[in-house]
Amino acid sequence: MEFLPGLERWFHLMAGVMWIGLLYYFNFVQVAAMKAAAADNTAAGISKHVAPRALLFFRWAAVVTWLTGAALLGSHFVPAFTFKPGYALIGMGAWLGTIMLINVWTLIWRNQKKILGIVAATDAEKVTARRVAFLASRTNTMLSIPMLFFMASGAHSGQFGF
Amino acid sequence: MQNPLDSLWGTVISGFVLTLVLFVIITKLIGV
Repeated sequence: MEFLPGLERWFHLMAGVMWIGLLYYFNFVQVAAMKAAAADNTAAGISKHVAPRALLFFRWAAVVTWLTGAALLGSHFVPAFTFKPGYALIGMGAWLGTIMLINVWTLIWRNQKKILGIVAATDAEKVTARRVAFLASRTNTMLSIPMLFFMASGAHSGQFGF
Repeated sequence: MQNPLDSLWGTVISGFVLTLVLFVIITKLIGV
């Protein structure tokens, strides 16, 4: 069973790349692309064919990343989340990742369902949903920067000089 | 005042500033 942590780390990294990769796609590419596409009436292609598929992999990759991360922590889970001595770096990374997962499912996905017409919403509700989903996505992009720093420094102590 | 998250670069800069703030909190208050 000594191969298990290696497998968990492998799947944690693969799922994390998909999650944060799609998060960066949304924020660095799709937001600007939707603005340009709306100007020449081609936005429907993105919102109908691209966004739902990207969101599917995005939200489930977030779950797999968190679950494999929790499995990787194993008996270190509680010490990490309670910032016990020696666990502060990985604990901060774990908390940031957890906040981001909650953001994905409670703010981004719930509001994207209204924007994409998966659940019924009035025009006013869609305007609000668009703003909340946008800010939640931008918040996660901001949080991903310290999250990746603390994840990397927690797993490779010493490489950042502490 | 404009929300820095409305701008992509405002978001990225906020992320780096937050990293520094959290790092200081961890090293000075909690301990690595």
